[in-house]
Amino acid sequence: MMGVILFAIFATAAVACGINLVLQRHPVTSALSLIGVMGSLAVLYLLLGAEFIAAVQLIVYAGAIMVLFLFVIMLLNAGEERKIPGKSLVSKLIGLPVFVLFLGLVAYLIQTQYTHAGSPVDFDAFTGGGPREVGMALFTTYLLPFEVTSVLILIAILGAIVLARKEID
Amino acid sequence: MDFTLPPLPISAIPLSAYLILSAILFGLGICGFLFRRNLITVFMSIELMLNAVNLSFVAFSHQMKQADGQIYSFFVMVVAAAEAAVGLAIILTVFKNRETLEVDEVDNLKL
Repeated sequence: MMGVILFAIFATAAVACGINLVLQRHPVTSALSLIGVMGSLAVLYLLLGAEFIAAVQLIVYAGAIMVLFLFVIMLLNAGEERKIPGKSLVSKLIGLPVFVLFLGLVAYLIQTQYTHAGSPVDFDAFTGGGPREVGMALFTTYLLPFEVTSVLILIAILGAIVLARKEID
Repeated sequence: MDFTLPPLPISAIPLSAYLILSAILFGLGICGFLFRRNLITVFMSIELMLNAVNLSFVAFSHQMKQADGQIYSFFVMVVAAAEAAVGLAIILTVFKNRETLEVDEVDNLKL
């Protein structure tokens, strides 16, 4: 009961923020909408029993990554996107219905082709998403990918420094 | 005073609702990637798509009653963090060299 209401609220919020992200011309507004999407998704993760992922979503995604985005937007003083004149009206008129049609087709395919589609998602039906269970899986079954990830992060740090440093003449 | 909610038309959310929400968010990400001309907004649309895929992973993890799907979404987050660091550094360099963030004006590899 409570799960249905929470899902309705936060799914609507996620879609509304996603639409706002696409429609806004100013990057700061888009970034704040993206934070809204991520926060809503964190609540949905909690409904799905993924407590650890919900916390990581808020701390890493909505916290760290989006702060990085906002820093860059403000550092570059990015303003509003300028409008391009002479954009064809036909593309605007056709684009939206085709997009809605495409989404409807995807929804129909999910409903009919996927056999587990109707199985209910009960709150509390799955409690294996806490830090303990995720940690156990991460450090036993997925130990090698986890360690390789550290190399990836190291390379990302090096790449960011090399790209963003000042050239010394 | 007793307060009870009116009965809802559905008693539980089906799994397909999560998958469809994920598809909608992914589609919106594609739209933003194609329509927006600001480099940073295009980049944020990619993040939106990654988030949509994460939702599918977690929903399937709930369906299968295993934590494995959540591990995958954890790795997606790690890759997204690395990608954001490098991508934003590239955007900084592009802006330093060309003084613009419009994707239409960044159409040459070499200055």
